[in-house]
This record gives sequence, C-alpha cells and structure tokens, in this order.
Amino acid sequence: MSFAHDYATAAPEIFLAIAAMGLLMLGVFRGNGSTRLLSWLAVLCFAITLIMVLRAPEASAVSFAGMYVADGFTAFAKALVLIASAAGLIMSLGYIKEEGMNRFEYPVLFVLATLGMLMMISANDLIALYMGIELQSLSLYVIAAFKRDSLRSTEAGLKYFVLGALSSGMLLYGCSLIYGFTGATGFDAIATAMRGQEHASIGLIVGIVFLCAGLAFKVSAVPFHMWTPDVYEGAPTPVTAFFAIAPKVAGLALFMRALIVPFLAISADWQQIIIVISVASMLLGAFAAIWQDNIKRLMAYSSIGHVGYALIGLAAGSAEGVRGVLIYLTIYVVMNIGTFACILCMRRRTGMVEGISDLAGLSKSSPLMALALAIFMFSMAGIPPLGGFFGKFYVFIAAVNAELYALAVIGVLSSVVGSFYYLRIIKIMYFDEPAEPFEGPMSFEMRAIIGVCGVFIVFFAFYTAPLVASAQIAASALIP
Amino acid sequence: MTDWPLLSLATFLPLVGAAFIFLFAQGGDAEADRNSKSVALMTTVLTFLVSLVIWVNFDNGTADFQFIERYAWLGGNIDYRMGVDGISMLFVVLTAFLMPICILASWKTITVRVREYMIAFLLLECMMIGVFCALDFVLFYLFFEGGLIPMFLIIGVWGGERRVYSSFKFFLYTLLGSVLLLLALIYMYFEAGTTDIPTLMAHGFTAEAQTWLWLAFFASFAVKMPMWPVHTWLPDAHVEAPTAGSVILAGVLLKMGGYGFLRFSLPMLPLASDLFVPLIFTLSVVAVIYTSLVALMQEDMKKLIAYSSVAHMGFVTIGIFTFNTQGIEGGIFQMLSHGIVSAALFLCVGVVYDRIHSREIARYGGLVNRMPLYAFTFMVFMLASVGLPGTAGFVGEILILVGVYQVNTWVAALAALGVILGAAYMLWLYRRTVFGRLEKDDLKQIMDMDGREIAIFAPLVVLAILMGVYPAPFLDVMHVSVDHLIQQYQTAMQAAADGLPRLAAK
Repeated sequence: MSFAHDYATAAPEIFLAIAAMGLLMLGVFRGNGSTRLLSWLAVLCFAITLIMVLRAPEASAVSFAGMYVADGFTAFAKALVLIASAAGLIMSLGYIKEEGMNRFEYPVLFVLATLGMLMMISANDLIALYMGIELQSLSLYVIAAFKRDSLRSTEAGLKYFVLGALSSGMLLYGCSLIYGFTGATGFDAIATAMRGQEHASIGLIVGIVFLCAGLAFKVSAVPFHMWTPDVYEGAPTPVTAFFAIAPKVAGLALFMRALIVPFLAISADWQQIIIVISVASMLLGAFAAIWQDNIKRLMAYSSIGHVGYALIGLAAGSAEGVRGVLIYLTIYVVMNIGTFACILCMRRRTGMVEGISDLAGLSKSSPLMALALAIFMFSMAGIPPLGGFFGKFYVFIAAVNAELYALAVIGVLSSVVGSFYYLRIIKIMYFDEPAEPFEGPMSFEMRAIIGVCGVFIVFFAFYTAPLVASAQIAASALIP
Repeated sequence: MTDWPLLSLATFLPLVGAAFIFLFAQGGDAEADRNSKSVALMTTVLTFLVSLVIWVNFDNGTADFQFIERYAWLGGNIDYRMGVDGISMLFVVLTAFLMPICILASWKTITVRVREYMIAFLLLECMMIGVFCALDFVLFYLFFEGGLIPMFLIIGVWGGERRVYSSFKFFLYTLLGSVLLLLALIYMYFEAGTTDIPTLMAHGFTAEAQTWLWLAFFASFAVKMPMWPVHTWLPDAHVEAPTAGSVILAGVLLKMGGYGFLRFSLPMLPLASDLFVPLIFTLSVVAVIYTSLVALMQEDMKKLIAYSSVAHMGFVTIGIFTFNTQGIEGGIFQMLSHGIVSAALFLCVGVVYDRIHSREIARYGGLVNRMPLYAFTFMVFMLASVGLPGTAGFVGEILILVGVYQVNTWVAALAALGVILGAAYMLWLYRRTVFGRLEKDDLKQIMDMDGREIAIFAPLVVLAILMGVYPAPFLDVMHVSVDHLIQQYQTAMQAAADGLPRLAAK
C-alpha cells in the first residue's frame, strides 16, 4: 500500500482534522464574537466532507496497514453522521447565543466529535476503534458540560465522563482479551483466525462480552443506559439533540462492523447477547418513558427504545439486518432532528421550558409546529404511512428472515406500549386546553429544519425504494 | 375510461382536497371555515362520482381483479398494486357514499377547528378507500393502520367528555391487533417472496404456518370487527366520537375486519380457517346474544346502537365462516346494509343530540308529536336494523341464517335468538324516545328536521328500502367472486384431505 493511497482513502477525515484546527486558530484570533461565523464555516466543512465521502470510489479500500477502511457502508454511515452533525450545529446557533454559551470552542468541539465519529465508522482494527471512540467521547464530555455556570450541565458532563471512562475501560479490557485469544487486532486478521471455527473459546467470548458492554454503553443500550436520562436532561438542549443523533449512528455502525466483520463465523455466540440487549432496551424504552414529565428525559428513554429496535437488525446478523439498521438510523436521525428542533423552540419569556405539560394546547397557539411535532411523534410510534414505520418494517423483515420470531413479537408489542407516550404528547398538544404560548417567532433555520424533516417523514413512502437500494449496497459491503 | 387509474383517483382525490384546504383555506376566520367545508363537500361528492364510474364499468362476470394498477414501489417484489373484485368494490362505493353525508352532518355541529376537521376526514377517506383497493399486502397495511391517525384525532379533538380515554383505547387496541398482522405479513413475504395479494392467495402455506398466521390475522381483524370479547373499545369510541365520526366508525371502519377475513384469512389460510370455525362460531354467538342483552340495558342511545353493531358484526362473522354462497354473500350484504343502517341510526341520534345535547334515552319521549318526519325516518332505520322484510337488514340476515343452517343448526338457532333480542332492544329504544307523552319542557319546543337534514337522510332511506326490496344489483356484483372464493377454499380442503398439501408437493 502506497503512502499516497493511504492518504487518499482517508481524505475526508484528514480534511476535517485540518479544518478543525483551522477553525480553532480562527477562533483564537477572532474571539467569541466569531462563534456564529465559525459555526457556519463548520457546517460548510461538514458539507465539503460529505461531498468527499460521497464522491469516493465505491469499492472497498483498506489503508494504513488494515487499520482504516472506506467502503459503501462507511460512506452511508458517514453521510448520516455529517448531516446529523450539521443539523445539530445549526440548531444550536440560537440557543448558545441566548443562553450565554457563545464561545468559539463550541463549533470546534462539534467538528472534533464528528471527526471521532468518522474514525469510529472507518475503524477496521481494535486500536483504531478505540482511538475514534475516545476522540468522540472526550469532545462530547466537554460539550455536555459546556454551560459551565449551570449545575445541571456540569453534573451531566461529569457523570458522562466518569461512566464513559468506565465503559472505555471495559472496552479496552475486551479488546485486550480478544487480542490475547486471537493474536490480532485487525478485524480482517481476526476474521481469518476465526474462519472455520464453530465456536469461540471461553476467553474470546469474555472478550466479546466486554467489547459489547463498552459499545452498548456508547449507544446507550440497556443495561448500560443509566447515564442517558441524566445526561440528556442536564446537558444543554442542542447538545442533547446532538447526543441523540450523531453518536448513535456512529456507535451502531461501529457495533455492526466490530461484531460482523471479525466474528461473523461465530455469530451464534454473540447473537444472544445482542438479543438480550435489544429486548431489554425496547422494553425499558417503552415502559420507563411513560412516567416522564420532562421532554428531554422522555426523549432519552425514547432513544434507548429506538436503539433496541435498531439492534434487532444486528441480532439478525445478516445483510438484510444491516440494511434494516441503516434504514432505521436514517429515519431515526431525521425524526430526532425534527423533534429536537421543536423542543428548542419551547421558549417562554422566562427562558427555555422542558416540561411536557408546557406543550398544552400548542395546536392552537402554533398549529404548524404542533403539526410537525405530531408527525414526528406518530412516526416514532411507527404508524404508517410515516417514515418511522418503514424503519421498523425493514428491521422486522430481517428478524423474521433470521427466524427470530420471539424477538420480533416482543418488538412489535413494545412498540404498542411505546406508542402510548408518543400519543400522550399529541394528546397534550391537541386535546388539552392551551397553556401560555411560546415566544415567537421561530428563527428561519429552525423553521427550515422542522419543515424539511417533516416533509421527509410524511412523504417517505415515495422514496423508500432508492434509500433501500443504497442501504442494500452499503450492507453488502459489510456482508458480501 | 377503464384504462384510467380510477382506483388511485378515488383513493387520492380526497388527499388532493385535503392539501387544497391545508394550503389555501388559511386565516382561521369564518370564511376559511366555510371554504374548507365547501371544498371537503365537493371533493367527497367528486370521489363518490368516481366510485360510481367504477361500479358502472365493473364487470360482474369475472372473479378476477379489475381496474388493475401496478407501479414499482419499494422494490423486492413489494409494488404499488391496486385492484378490486366483487368483494371489495361495493365497499369502495359505500365509503365514498357515506363521506359527503358525514361532511353535511358536520356542517353546523362542528364549530371549532373546522379546517382541521375537514382535513382529518379527507385523510380518513383516502385511507379507507385505499384499504379496499390495495392489492399489495404492505400497501393494504399502510392504509389499514394509517387510518388510525385521523380517527384518533377526530375522537380526541372533537369528541365528548371522555374523549381522551376513548381515543387512546381505540388507538392502542387496534394498534395492538395490527402489529401482529404486520409480523404475519412479513412472514408471508419471506415464504412467498412477494406481497402481491393474488399470488399469496394461490401460494398455499403449510398447515402449521397457517395456524399461526391465522391467529395473527385474527388478532387484527377481530379487534377491528369487533368481536366479543375485544369489542370494548367500540362503545367507548362511538359514544365519545362526534356524530360523523360514529357514522364512519360504524359504516366503514368496522367493515375492514370482515373484509380482512374475506380477503386474507379465507383464501390465504383455508385450512386454518376451517380449523378455527368452532372458535369463530362460539365467539360470534356469544357476541350476538350477550351484546344484545347488554344493549337492552343501555341508558345511552349511542351506546345502545354501538352494542347492536357488535351483535350485527357477530352475524357477519358467522356468515363468512359458513364457507357457502348464502352465508358469505349474506355476510357481505349484511356489512353493506349495516354500513347504511347503523350510519343512519347514528345520524338519527345526532339530530336530537344537536337540539337537546343529551344522548340519554330517558331525556326523550314523545318526539313523534313534534317531529313526525324524524319519527318516520328513525322508524325506517330502526326496522331495517331489526331486519324487517323489505328493508336492507332482512336480506343479509336471512341469507346468513340460511347459510349457517346448512352447516350447524345450533348456531342458526342461537343466531335467530339474537334477531329476536335485536327486535326487542330496538323497538324498546324507539318506544322510549319517540312514542309516549311529550312531557319534557324543552322537547315541547323541539323543531323537526330542516332541509339539510332531509337531504342527508333521503338517500339513506331510499337505499335502506331499495336494498331490501331489490338486492339483486348488489348481490350480482359479488356473486362470481364469492363463488371463486368458495371454490378456492374447497380445492384447498380437498387437497388437504388427499394428504397432499400443496407445499409438500414442492
């Protein structure tokens, strides 16, 4: 592998790394007044990176001695992450200005976190995996505590850091065991070592369990979800929005690659772990959210549930499953961007409000926002013909084809339970008497984001086919 | 004319109307409200005309699906396919027929959020017509469950006092049923490689798979139907829904369950359908007798009619699972006539509710003195609901009883008992509300039906009598398709009896 080839393959990440440093320099020289400019420049960088990712050759390319991989799968996941990050940053603009978080490090940290996520997605080696996760996590710890005068925000950041460090430790321990029992850290090398084996040795299974535990923490799957509600509630709202979308995509993409590429031969051994995690996440997400009054906490439980559904696709361990997860994630990202954009518009004179009851009668005071939020809620509940239904449909297809009937039945039943709390939000907006209206008008960026997401979800049935086709291509890069 | 995509036109025309209202009737003032109402009425009338064109061009002589449309959609053999046969076509007409009546019935009674109300109804119409036209299982499911969204909002926003409870109950009950249908659908897709309904009908699943699939289908259709004991959402939803909502609920949404049995359970899973006949008969007979008794004791007019719907739907399921011509045709006919008659009965309740704002039976009495026209209209539908010969209700009931008598005399006898009980509660309801002395003070000022109400009821009265006196045009449409269905069923049973399930031959 030539030197030039290595760098050409990783060009998007290299560009983003240089851009992050450039933005940092610019920020240092221009001060906090340039946050808005820096944010838009960061969005521009995301856009350029997105173009670079999409224009990269489709064939799988491995570089840096097998550490780094770029193929159809990484392109799909990276595109999602970049769109999610850009939307998250745009949504933050109004908030950080109002709440006195207007410091230039904010967009820079966003870019660095995104860079970490791209690294995670492209990781083809346990070391590269860890490097990507740490770059992402460290940036996220800081952003969670970014509102440093707020007790809740600093608490959230600290909690996230302590628990995140613990999970990283578990992850590393798992990696070391895997290395010890297979003699390799590269995914392809491990896959070669696994070839022809029916079952893994006990030591390797312990290693995989630790790896799964670490990764489950990163995507906030039960039983490693405890941090999620607290961090979601405590972190500044746009940061919560960012947490709910981009890292989930990167984490699940990494989860899939780290299990499927090296350990496909012994999938029966890790499948049961994923099934348990998936069922527990779906059930907890469905039941625990019912009693929440804070919409950010509710979204935390909702995201736990959604991760459970996405993991169904991974549990299937097939190309169809991977395809299902990618479709699910696409829709999940759009629904969450839209929902959080609505939550960010919940502002009264006294400041931001987060109670679910504050939405009362929204359909009268701002009908369009209520309509959009209702669409997102119905979609999250998985009611056709909205987008959320198709996400569930494709993961359930994978589950049924893999003959995981019990998992599929539990999945659909918990989706009925889950629909209760989504309906509750609609009930509060549409059936209840109006509370004090929110402060308007909404900024142009917010209206644009909500509008685009809403239209995407409503008309999803019309362009499902091309999305499914590209997810299919992406999935076949992982499981030929 | 037949090469036009008539079914898509009928399905999506209401959506166009809804978009039109959404985009242009803005402002929230009285004028916007009036415009939304007019657009909704015009759209629904136009849709009805399209449905009539479908009926006129419909060929009674073939059991094949007609007006077929097909476009690539999701890929992987899941396509956009539309088509109707003798079983589904009349439901399309029924839906399109009831919608303008609903809009007219809401003309004055809905005063808040008129624009949203009209949009919700048009969305609902799109979903309902789509259910009966879809020839692809995924497409069917999309429409089948998509209808929950507008109905949930209609009950919740414009409903009565306990609307929140009722709307949640309605939504969660029906959702719980349909998600299992979704899994069954996915399994069938996996087995047959397509979700094309005619292909699935011819596929022939193994007996074991049929049993499980049938139960999943049953969970969905029984809730929708609704069959005892999963009927409890219906009285709640009916009582709290606005009048037009009840009309659609009784007139069309309940028919989706019966249609589901006819379209999916019977032809796709004949062995399991045969296996579960005792279950269906038991539940139906319990429904017919038990809910009739419950209806006798109701204090609330809407609740009484709601329970009578459950009883009538019990008849329908008995008819469908007789697997003979009379039974199935009777079942379909009963669904159509019930769609007209119970819809009209809910409108009758709506007429007095608009004036007195009470659904309590005890609040009324002696209405015939002040409202002769109303008393006559109410009587026609009351008698049609009882199944008096010469009204729409009679034809369906007698066909079902004839059909079931050939299969099981006990079920026939018990079902006939239900007819008697039905006469008891309906006549008693009529006696208590319309006859008797006019004693209540506010009733002494009550006005008879006005022009709008007469315009609503006139077509319903004509149809209720026409369908009873001359049912041939309706029965002719379904005849060939029903025969085909029975033939399919018998072939499958014969094959099973020969010990050669079709799949085993592969």
